[in-house]
Amino acid sequence: MKPGYYFWSGDIAVAEGAIFAGCRFYAGYPITPSSEIAERMALRLPQVGGKFIEMEDEIGSIAAIIGASWAGEKAMTATSGPGISLMNENIGLAVMTEVPIVVVNAMRGAPSTGLPTLVSQGDFMQARWGSHGSYEIISYYPDSVQETFDLMLDAFNSAERYRVPVMFLLDAMLAHMYEKIYVPPEDSVERVERKRPTKPPGEQLIYEADEDLIPPMPRIGDGYKIHASGLTHNEKGYPELTPQAQERLVRRLNEKIRKHQEKIWKVEEYRTEDADVIVVAMGSNARAVRTAVDAARNEGIKAGLLRPITIWPFPYKYIEKYSVDYIVAEINYGQIYHVVREYADNKVELLPKMGGELHTPQEILHALRRYKK
Amino acid sequence: MSEKKKTTMEILREKVEELLRTDRLPHVWCPGCGIGIVLNAFLRAFIRAKMDPNKLVVVSGIGCTGRTAGYVNVDSFHTTHGRAIPFATGIKFARPELNVVVFSGDGDLFAIGGNHFINAARRNHDILVIAVNNFTYGMTGGQHGPTTPTGAYTTTTPYGNPDRPFNIPHLAISLGVPYVARWTTYHLMQLQNSIYTALHRKGFRVIEIISQCPTVYGRRNEMKNPLDMMEYFRKFSIRKDDATAEEMELTYNGKIVVGVFRDVQGIPTYEERYEELLRRAQK
Ligand SMILES: Cc1ncc(C[n+]2csc(CCOP(=O)(O)OP(=O)(O)O)c2C)c(N)n1
Ligand code: SF4
Ligand SMILES: [Mg+2]
Repeated sequence: MKPGYYFWSGDIAVAEGAIFAGCRFYAGYPITPSSEIAERMALRLPQVGGKFIEMEDEIGSIAAIIGASWAGEKAMTATSGPGISLMNENIGLAVMTEVPIVVVNAMRGAPSTGLPTLVSQGDFMQARWGSHGSYEIISYYPDSVQETFDLMLDAFNSAERYRVPVMFLLDAMLAHMYEKIYVPPEDSVERVERKRPTKPPGEQLIYEADEDLIPPMPRIGDGYKIHASGLTHNEKGYPELTPQAQERLVRRLNEKIRKHQEKIWKVEEYRTEDADVIVVAMGSNARAVRTAVDAARNEGIKAGLLRPITIWPFPYKYIEKYSVDYIVAEINYGQIYHVVREYADNKVELLPKMGGELHTPQEILHALRRYKK
Repeated sequence: MSEKKKTTMEILREKVEELLRTDRLPHVWCPGCGIGIVLNAFLRAFIRAKMDPNKLVVVSGIGCTGRTAGYVNVDSFHTTHGRAIPFATGIKFARPELNVVVFSGDGDLFAIGGNHFINAARRNHDILVIAVNNFTYGMTGGQHGPTTPTGAYTTTTPYGNPDRPFNIPHLAISLGVPYVARWTTYHLMQLQNSIYTALHRKGFRVIEIISQCPTVYGRRNEMKNPLDMMEYFRKFSIRKDDATAEEMELTYNGKIVVGVFRDVQGIPTYEERYEELLRRAQK
């Protein structure tokens, strides 16, 4: 895309941001409100020599992008609601075999078929631990179309750098909302490529991690005789079904993210320096909070907004940083609320909403007025 | 200091071993299991075809057959149950120059993975599928699956199987698959030749191999000894390349029609059609 200004929806920004980040492989199955990502990719990927395939379902889609990533491509899929539930088994496979992929989830009203066209934030916990097992992944969640575009680059860069699936959260509101956005020049950003083996085939163990806990990733067809298995494995990639191998591998899979978490964290702190009360809000819901914070300030209430852009690993140090009361405003019945409670010194209040619409600035302001001194 | 000249058999054996991760042996398969026979036939056919092992990718799902990926000394992936075909699709579509082979069991490919099988076949991806049909879910202890013959005894059909099995060659042919064959583990040479031919064909290629699982299937169906089942394969199979759909059907301890049921060339693969699309999109 030529640098300049465009008028795009969140879905289009996902697709264009991905291509800008170097993604050249997309496999997916349509579902509201993420279908426009697939449609844009179907149009645009062939123009840049990339591959687009519509698979028979979401399970096939995620399996295909894991295969494509081993083949050397930056690969992604996008889905929502029921589709993300179907993908979870293979998210575990990508975690266990350390495959960089980006999975976009445009959150919609749920459980089940729920509210296909309307907003929710019900999938935070699923993004973290939707697959079976104890693991760490990376998850980002933007609040504007511009940030969606910009953050796709972070998503691919982190997936490549840490060899991990990145769950890119979006919501139905953001997916379909149009805003003006700026596309920077191609060469103005850093694109991260996964670490390649430095040793020749035969000498390189497939899962031998460096000091940063991340093993270099060979590509299919280059003679490394890769073996990857979802079974617990050793440095050779061979199954080793013992508690010792499990301890070594699963500990490292968690630690390789925790060790680098401060570099992964992205947070917006809005009028928080002198705040008495801070609202924690994410995604498009944070937009109403920003308005409410300004209104509260006009009324003399020292309110602020803390917006985790990195949802996982959770940027808990930002919660610890402030000795204030927190209000967690989220479109679910309490998910990030529990995480904030884990790290907050003072009172934490939940402002839930079951989905279908976001909080209004009035609702947030109403909650903030209780903190008027 | 005269070195004894190696026999052809010795040389072949060495070549087979080069294609195996010998550091992982012994393997997990039971004595008398048919999966090793199929793997051996595959490796011999591959050696005969003189293809580049660095461009060969073996993808398996989960199951006893699914463990194959762990023993071949090439790029190899042991994925999730039922998902070998879409995983392989991603590899092939991303890098069409690779030689992609799916090696998996009947449950993996036709029960949990059935939707992927029919859709990948329909799209005609350039992938060779080696389907080991042992009439059961071997790995999980011998439950019935989508290929268990009606009437057979398994751990979940203690009164005999009321279910009806897939007719795999017929299914594949109905989907337009260009190369469709069936053999048993008794038909070593024919199987090897068939894999050799299939390696040289393009598009979705399906070879079903009827294989013995003495441990959890044969035992419950009066064929406890691996040789009993091989003996059944020998006595009850008939080669008929132009078999009708009805003739291809498998019945409980009944006859097994084997052969190359379809071998047509020139059907464009998905990857070829996409190459053409790319040219149009980039005009
Ligand atoms: C999602 C999921 N469900 C169930 C299983 C358990 N499981 C492992 S292998 C298998 C059946 C394998 O049968 P088949 O593909 O015929 O292979 P075989 O062992 O007979 O070679 C099952 C049900 C699993 N691993 N994953
Ligand atoms: S259980 Fe059956 S299929 Fe599995 S290894 Fe043993 S004999 Fe082979
Ligand atoms: Mg089986």
